[in-house]
Amino acid sequence: MATTEEIRTQLADLVNDVAGVPVEDVQLDKSFVDDLDVDSLAMVEIIVGCEDAFGVTIPDEESKNLKTVGDAVAYIEQHS
Amino acid sequence: MALVTSKGAPYARVMGLGAAVPSRVVDNAEMCTYIDSSDEWIQQRTGIVERRWVSEGETVESLSLDAARQAIAHAGLTPSDIDAVIISTISHLVQTPSLAAIVAAKIGCTDAAAFDIAAACAGFCYGLAQAESLVRSGAATHVVVIGAETLSKLTDHHDRSTAFLFADAAGAAVVGPSETSAMSPVVWGSDGHQADVIQMTRTWSEAVDEGKPSQVAMAGQQVFRWATGFIADATSRILEASGLAPDELDLFVPHQANNRITDAMLRHLKLPETVTVARSIKKYGNTSAASIPLALVELIESGEAKSGDTCLMIGFGAGLVYAGQVITVP
Ligand SMILES: CC(C)(COP(=O)(O)OP(=O)(O)OC[C@H]1O[C@@H](n2cnc3c(N)ncnc32)[C@H](O)[C@@H]1OP(=O)(O)O)[C@@H](O)C(=O)NCCC(=O)NCCS
Repeated sequence: MATTEEIRTQLADLVNDVAGVPVEDVQLDKSFVDDLDVDSLAMVEIIVGCEDAFGVTIPDEESKNLKTVGDAVAYIEQHS
Repeated sequence: MALVTSKGAPYARVMGLGAAVPSRVVDNAEMCTYIDSSDEWIQQRTGIVERRWVSEGETVESLSLDAARQAIAHAGLTPSDIDAVIISTISHLVQTPSLAAIVAAKIGCTDAAAFDIAAACAGFCYGLAQAESLVRSGAATHVVVIGAETLSKLTDHHDRSTAFLFADAAGAAVVGPSETSAMSPVVWGSDGHQADVIQMTRTWSEAVDEGKPSQVAMAGQQVFRWATGFIADATSRILEASGLAPDELDLFVPHQANNRITDAMLRHLKLPETVTVARSIKKYGNTSAASIPLALVELIESGEAKSGDTCLMIGFGAGLVYAGQVITVP
C-alpha cells in the first residue's frame, strides 16, 4: 500500500508531465484549477493518467469532485 | 463444377494522394462574431487559428472531385484505371444515390464500383482498410478512397461547443497493387455504447416535422477522455501490429481533432523526436474524414514527408469508431 506522500509524489510527476506545473507546487491543499492553472482538458488527461498509474476507476461524476490535489490523493487511497 | 475465384495482388500500397479545401478562410476573429469566445481560448484549447468553410459553388462533391483528380494524377494513373470509388462522408445530405457513384462518373471512372461509408472522423482509415482488402482479394485493382466533409453545413455556427472546431475539406488516396508490403494490418473497432457523445440533434424526419435543422452535437470532454485514453492505447497497438520499431517511424498523422489530443497521444506514445507530427489543424480545423489525407498532403508539399517514409495514421470519431494503419508514403 503506497503512502499518502508516495501517491502525492507520483501525482505531482503526472501533473508536471501533462500541464508543466513544477512538481514542488503540487501540494495537498492546492486546487488544480485555481492554484495550479490546470485547465479542464489537462484535468481530463490527469484523471485518465491516474486511472493508468494507480489502477483506479474515476467516473466523470466523481472527477468533478476532485478539486484539490488532496481530494485526488484521498480518492486514490480509498479506491486502490 | 468449381467456381472461379478472384486472384489479387500480393500487397497493396497507397500510390497517390490529393486534398482540396474551400477558398473562404474563417479566422478566429470572425468565429468570435458567431460565438462568445476568444482567439486565445480557441488556440489554447484546440490549436486552431483558422479554418475553411465552403461558399457559393463549393460543395462536398466539388471538393471530392478536386481531391480525387489530384490523387489519380499523383499516382500516375488516368480515371479509366480506377475500378472502385469509396467515399466516407456524413455531409452528403441525401440517402441515395451515393456521392461515390456521382463522383466516379464525373471524374470518368466509367463503370467503377462505387459506394459511400459512414465512419465519421475514422472514415479515411476505414476506407483505406477496405481498399487494401479489395486490391489483395482481386475484387478491384485501383481504388480511390475519399474522405470529404462540409461540416460547416451541419454545425450550428452559434453553438459554443462545436462551431469553432469543425470545418470543410476533402482528401483522397489511390490504393493499388504492390510487390512489397506498404500497408500494415488495420487496427479498428467501435463502441456504440458511446453513440451519444457525438451525434445529430434530430433525425431527418424529426427535422422535417419540427422545421429545425439536424446538427452535430458533442459532449467534448467525454470525447477528449476517450481519445486521450482508449485511442492513445489503440495507436500503440497499430504501431505494434505494423512490426515497426518506434525509431523506424517517420511520420505520425493522427486525425486532426484537437492539438491537445495529439499532445496527449504523444505523451502516451513516447515517439522518438525524429518523428514528424502533423499539426494541420492550425490552418484547417477539424475536417473529420478529410483531416488525415489533408495533413499528409500538406507534409509532402512542405517537404517534411518524402516518398518511402513510414506514416502512422489513426482516425477516430462519432460512433464511436476508430481505425488506423501504417502506410508507406507514395
Ligand atoms: C470542445 C473542447 C475544446 C471544449 O473544451 P472543454 O474544456 O471540454 O470545455 P468546457 O465546456 O468544459 O468548458 C471549459 C471552460 O471553457 C469555457 N468555454 C467553453 N466553450 C468555449 C468557447 N467556445 N469559447 C470560450 N470559452 C469556452 C467554458 O465556459 C468553461 O469556462 P469556466 O471553466 O470558466 O466555466 C474539448 O472538449 C474538445 O476538444 N474535446 C474533444 C472534441 C473532439 O475532438 N471532437 C472531435 C472528435 S472527432
